[in-house]
Amino acid sequence: MEVASPEIEEILRSVSDPEIPVLSIMDMGIVRKVEQEGERYKIDITPTYSGCPAMDTIGDDIKAAFKQEGLEAEINLVLSPAWTTDWITERGKAALEKYGIAAPREKSVDKAALLGEKNQLECPRCGSKDTKMVSRFGSTACKALFQCNDCHEPFDYFKCLK
Amino acid sequence: MEQKALYDYLLLLGDNSAILGQRLGELCGHGPELETDIALTNVSLDLFGQVRNYFQYAAKVAGEDATEDSIAMLRLEHEYKNSLLVEQPNRDFAYVICRQFLFDTYHQLLLNELVNSKNDQIAAIAKKSIKEVDYHYDISSTWMQRLGDGTEESNKRLQDALDFLWRYSMELFKPTDTEIIMAEMGVGPDLETLRPVYLERVKDIFLKSNVIAKEDAIFQYGGKTGTHTEYLGYILAEFQYMQRAYPNMQW
Ligand SMILES: [Zn+2]
Repeated sequence: MEVASPEIEEILRSVSDPEIPVLSIMDMGIVRKVEQEGERYKIDITPTYSGCPAMDTIGDDIKAAFKQEGLEAEINLVLSPAWTTDWITERGKAALEKYGIAAPREKSVDKAALLGEKNQLECPRCGSKDTKMVSRFGSTACKALFQCNDCHEPFDYFKCLK
Repeated sequence: MEQKALYDYLLLLGDNSAILGQRLGELCGHGPELETDIALTNVSLDLFGQVRNYFQYAAKVAGEDATEDSIAMLRLEHEYKNSLLVEQPNRDFAYVICRQFLFDTYHQLLLNELVNSKNDQIAAIAKKSIKEVDYHYDISSTWMQRLGDGTEESNKRLQDALDFLWRYSMELFKPTDTEIIMAEMGVGPDLETLRPVYLERVKDIFLKSNVIAKEDAIFQYGGKTGTHTEYLGYILAEFQYMQRAYPNMQW
């Protein structure tokens, strides 16, 4: 993603997903384009899921962050090309794991987990591979709920979307 | 003329998701168990997200004062174009799953065609939605099999649900004038061509679920042209309440 300048990137990096505060919108891969028109910045963002309630908040947060720097931002929601979890950066994936959310793997992992196969994911807390899926939807549409059979803690898995 | 047909087509697409989304939303906090409660309300959320995409576009096409909210909330019953299937009530979990499966199978086939629509915005919405609907289909088709292949009781309930809901399935494939125009323009698919694939897919799952679709079903039509069953009015009474009581309210 091309960003106008390091300063602008810095502002965008300060905005995070309200439901996953450790994940910057830049690392989430939802900022698609930034165009400058004088003092005004036109920013294209793409939703993760169609019904994601965080999108409106993220748009408002971007505007507020620009305003704080004396700049003006205009948000444009673009649907195509559709967001994929491949756009989450390596830094983003590391932040998710550290926060206790297993980062998206490959589609084959999701499929196997859905079919009830065990040991598909490592527990983000203790690293054990002895885990099982509890529910294909977790606290939000983008996550599934897993449980670790060793430390017994439940954890969220950011589902693969491609 | 073309703009009017496009507007009507967006309503046909959006209304199914809106009314089914509302039906699933009724289960929020009332699902048979926590996981299914969360799953079904997340499906509802996906559907409402898709509705917003269709209706934001429809509002642009309509121009003037139209907004996504006015289109969603301020029409009268006969102006809704959803199929009769999606307005049927949540009698029990088997009805919920069976209705969902009959719709998801259609929805997946439809979106697979719409990704190639000559209308770029509709194609973009379809490309976004199909990823979500694949997941919906996974859930409903596997639950069909769990219920149908479960206990005697769960099988009986699923068969009851199918006996009741099957009559509403073929409306999805009977094109309205609007859908015929859109197919001619390359915006939407020829629905009739999707019917055999649909029948093949659902019958495969029925077989795996030990249930049978009635051969002598008398199929019901009308929702897509505004003639609804008695259930839609009650859905709308709840769905529209806030916008009717507090016009132009925002969350
Ligand atoms: Zn663990």
